Amino acid sequence: MKYRISHRTRYQYAEPVSLCHSLVHLKPRQGHYQRCLLSQLRVDPWPAVNREHEDFFGNRVNYFSIQQPHEALEVTAVSEVEVTRPNIPDLSRTPAWELVRDLLGDREHPRLATKQIFTLPSPQIPLDAAARAFAAASFTPGRPLLEATCDLMARIFTEFAYDPHFTTIATPIAEVMEHRRGVCQDFAHVAIAGLRGLGLAARYVSGYLETLPPPGQAKLQGSDASHAWFAVLVPELGWIDFDPTNNLIPGEQHITTALGRDFHDVTPMRGIFYGGGSHELTVAVDVNRVEG
Amino acid sequence: MPLPNAAEVLASPGLVDDYLPLPNCFDEMRPGAGEVRPQWRYLLDALRTLGPAGIEERYREAARMFRDNGVTYNLNGDTKGMSRPWELDLLPLLIRSEEWAVLERGLMQRAELFNLILLDLYGPRDLIKRGLLPAELIDGYPEYLFPCHGIEVAGRRPLVHYAADLTRTPDGEWRVIGDRAQSPLGAGYALENRVVLSRVIPSLFRDSHVHRLAGFFRTMRRTLTRLAPGRDGHTRVVVLTPGPQSEAYFEHAYLANYLGYTLVQGGDLSVRDGALWLRTLGRLERIDAVLRRINSSDSDPLELREDSYLGVPGLVQAVRAGNLVVANALGSGVLEHPGLMAFLPGLCRHLMGEDLHLRDTPTWWCGDPRARTYVLANLNELVVKLAGKPPGRRCVFPAEMDAAARAALVSAIQAAPHRYVAQERVTPSTAPTLIGQRLEPRPITLRTFLCAEDDGYAVMPGGLGRVALATGGAALVSNQLGGIGKDAWVLASEPERQESLLISGEAQSPTVTQESEVSSRVADNLFWIGRYAERAEGLVRLLRMTIFKLSERADLVTTKPDTYFMRSLLEALTHQTQAFPGFIGAGAEARLRSPLPELLSLIADPARLGGLPQTLQALGLAAYSVRERLSVDTWRIVSDIETRLHALTGNPPTQPSQALDELDPLVTSLVAFSGLTQENMTHNEGWHFLETGRRLERGAALAGLLRSTLTPLNSELDEATLIEAILGVTDSTITYRRRYRAGTRVGALLDLVLQDEGNPRALAYQLIALEKLVTEMPKGELAVGRTPAQKLVMKCLTGVRLAEIDTLAQADPHTHRRIILERVLKDLESDLAAISDALTGQYFRHEEQPHSLLRRVGVVK
Repeated sequence: MKYRISHRTRYQYAEPVSLCHSLVHLKPRQGHYQRCLLSQLRVDPWPAVNREHEDFFGNRVNYFSIQQPHEALEVTAVSEVEVTRPNIPDLSRTPAWELVRDLLGDREHPRLATKQIFTLPSPQIPLDAAARAFAAASFTPGRPLLEATCDLMARIFTEFAYDPHFTTIATPIAEVMEHRRGVCQDFAHVAIAGLRGLGLAARYVSGYLETLPPPGQAKLQGSDASHAWFAVLVPELGWIDFDPTNNLIPGEQHITTALGRDFHDVTPMRGIFYGGGSHELTVAVDVNRVEG
Repeated sequence: MPLPNAAEVLASPGLVDDYLPLPNCFDEMRPGAGEVRPQWRYLLDALRTLGPAGIEERYREAARMFRDNGVTYNLNGDTKGMSRPWELDLLPLLIRSEEWAVLERGLMQRAELFNLILLDLYGPRDLIKRGLLPAELIDGYPEYLFPCHGIEVAGRRPLVHYAADLTRTPDGEWRVIGDRAQSPLGAGYALENRVVLSRVIPSLFRDSHVHRLAGFFRTMRRTLTRLAPGRDGHTRVVVLTPGPQSEAYFEHAYLANYLGYTLVQGGDLSVRDGALWLRTLGRLERIDAVLRRINSSDSDPLELREDSYLGVPGLVQAVRAGNLVVANALGSGVLEHPGLMAFLPGLCRHLMGEDLHLRDTPTWWCGDPRARTYVLANLNELVVKLAGKPPGRRCVFPAEMDAAARAALVSAIQAAPHRYVAQERVTPSTAPTLIGQRLEPRPITLRTFLCAEDDGYAVMPGGLGRVALATGGAALVSNQLGGIGKDAWVLASEPERQESLLISGEAQSPTVTQESEVSSRVADNLFWIGRYAERAEGLVRLLRMTIFKLSERADLVTTKPDTYFMRSLLEALTHQTQAFPGFIGAGAEARLRSPLPELLSLIADPARLGGLPQTLQALGLAAYSVRERLSVDTWRIVSDIETRLHALTGNPPTQPSQALDELDPLVTSLVAFSGLTQENMTHNEGWHFLETGRRLERGAALAGLLRSTLTPLNSELDEATLIEAILGVTDSTITYRRRYRAGTRVGALLDLVLQDEGNPRALAYQLIALEKLVTEMPKGELAVGRTPAQKLVMKCLTGVRLAEIDTLAQADPHTHRRIILERVLKDLESDLAAISDALTGQYFRHEEQPHSLLRRVGVVK
């Protein structure tokens, strides 16, 4: 499936900003199942510096700075991405989760040394006993890794309430665990914390999800939004994605922007500005199919 | 610290007879009973020759030099405790040249090894891929900075500076007990130790053929210049410090001065056009290199720790773009992971194809199950370190814990084993140290310093020795820079050849004398130094005069109980200090009747807002913040003032006479301070601000004093006494007497202290000085026309010049107040305040605190 994605972020400041530095993860990365055909970043006002580099995780990062006084900042990323998904593997035929755990922890034969980083706690996903215990219920002895992961995803979907007003980007996992509510980012974090607690490798995926209007209605402009889910590592198969917010294994409707240990590694847009007072933020995302 | 009276011990021919090395320790001086290692003989002979009196004198001299130079180490980061003085043992640690050569080889290898590890970790990460270093150890460590991965660094040695802490095991072998790779501290202290010791015992130093340190600092400069050549062949380097609250601020300032670099804080800098700039007065200066004295993780809130504002937003990007060199490279702190030591032997073989020359302390990283088992079984023999805590603050000694604490430690290790590291407890060697009246063996560690060069590392020949006051090993291994400093002398083996080089010790002038930029923050601080110094001086004068008049009145056995001049003076004091209610607000009447307690409180109560101690404290803080700008002599006066402040608050006067005894020398010190800044400071941009602060303060204080004393019309007798007091406070009595022989009159007083442009204490004089100062200040973007400050000064000066003295001296017949004088003075006061605001707005306005944009961006179900 081919998509054209437009992601517009606008900051309106109460007072002029004299200088602003920003770092964005907005250009989709290339992947096994995804080709980024084009991606453009438009910054208004015109930035004095605008550079792109690849980060530790292979994501595309753009740094820009605006050095003239401005009262609004608008960043628009327009990308065309072609997504192909392989068939979903047979969950029950994946290796027992303990085997994978032992392989990851094998210090004598570090075949998965480069993946080990995704078994460790990270800035926003510290070790959390509650998350580990929650996950452990799905990971019964000898259970195939993906079957157990799928079960974990389903349990998060049913037992956690979707509540965009409860959490912020700084809500710790422990609090999400306690209240059993949050948004996609929190659910991904909960799953990752649980998997890592069991000694497995899990990573955070940020991107978009195509939404379709109810039958017979036209799609509203700007009605989409950015999305997040997680992936678990299966030796031989690679990383398999899971979307606990929607309880499904992502297919062609999930478009990946960036990968990391947690939200902190792939924050879509971060910035430091001088002046400005308070600010108002509006985000509009459109994910549209491109025919042909 | 009690002065050592080493007399008896050292005077006796058997100087070392009483010196008993501790059991099971290597002693640096004495290999066994009755013996002395050969390199110590000359030193011991020299000490004998010096004699007890000589030694005591040298000790005093050294202590005085440290105090005068303001050498401090602020252990707790407490701004109020900034004057914890540095202490140095008179006896250096002596190391033979041949022995040093071996040590040097080991240190160079170790620095190269660490550098290779650093290059790998921020590049290919081959060590992790091959399993030579566990990912948990590195990737879970807060000082491994993912955003810095893949950044190309200038030169082949991103580890520009490295330091190793050494001691000797009981068998005499040197051992590394700790590594410093973040921003190694102590080279400046080592240099200062050397400077002082070589001055205190010059002949001993000269005759001992000691390797000199200056070359090492030249290497530091050369290396930074090579890494960041600058665009016009001139490398602009800044030393980035966390600020005066930092424990080692002295060293930051000292190194900046010695190396000729500008000392800055994060707020002085900003990133523009992908490069780093220093905000100076009215312009931006491009910076080529940063000598980093803040942690890497604090260096950039955009990409690193978001909550730290010690650094500069965009700094990482400036390095990534190749527009800036940071030394050490960002992320070098990962090398301080205590667990790394457990892997060094293998890494050395892998990366360098050889074994470690310098042996490590046996180390176990608990992330490894076998190591963990060993550690938990042998806790009592080990030191346990928690990775992620700053070095020096992370050691615990299970052997000294109670059962509960040990159980807690065991479960903490089991919960997060990869964060714990254990090391064999090392029994450090001992060195002779002057303790009280004796020469005693004390545990010693030696911090050695290395700096990258073209083709390897240069080792500072010597280092920073530290002796623990306690004799146990525990205190030593865990301390930071506590204890007593010790110079380390590497003795040259060929004295004949070295002799000609050793002309005058280490006390050479710095290698570079270029003047460094004045940042807005520095100008701001200098301005306030000027204000506080003047404020303190004016306050002391007024207090002194008030107490003097008060005791005079008491002596006279008052015939007139309602003497108004006293009330006027006391009210002026409250106005001046703004220490309300005082003699004006609620309860003033009672205090006016018995003013002494309030006066004494203003003099000595450190909690009193606007009181003398707070003013002096503020002066000290402002001075400390720009200490690299103040000459040694000026700094000595600051130390003096601080000593007097401590005496004043520690032992507050209870009697007027006692208070006068304390205040007199303070006036002298403050006057000396003013004189030194006037005479010993280059009249550059920085000085302009200091002087402006002083003139503004003096003008405003004088206007305030005249207004509160002269506005009410008093009886002739009272007025005469008041005028006398004002003349005393403004130090104009002599001129007045010479000029106006016919008694005391308000008109004459105003002529002298308001309008006389030749009297340095007069208001008009301050305004003329201000006019010149303000005109000479850098204009920056406001190049056209007069600045707001210039216009205000002009307005004040014109007002004072045009004032009619006779009119001012007239009182209103109805209110019995000099209302015209009052209005003129009030206007002057508010205009002077407006000048201060205008200057602040124009020059000191630091950019607003940067904010983070971060918010959750969109969520969808």
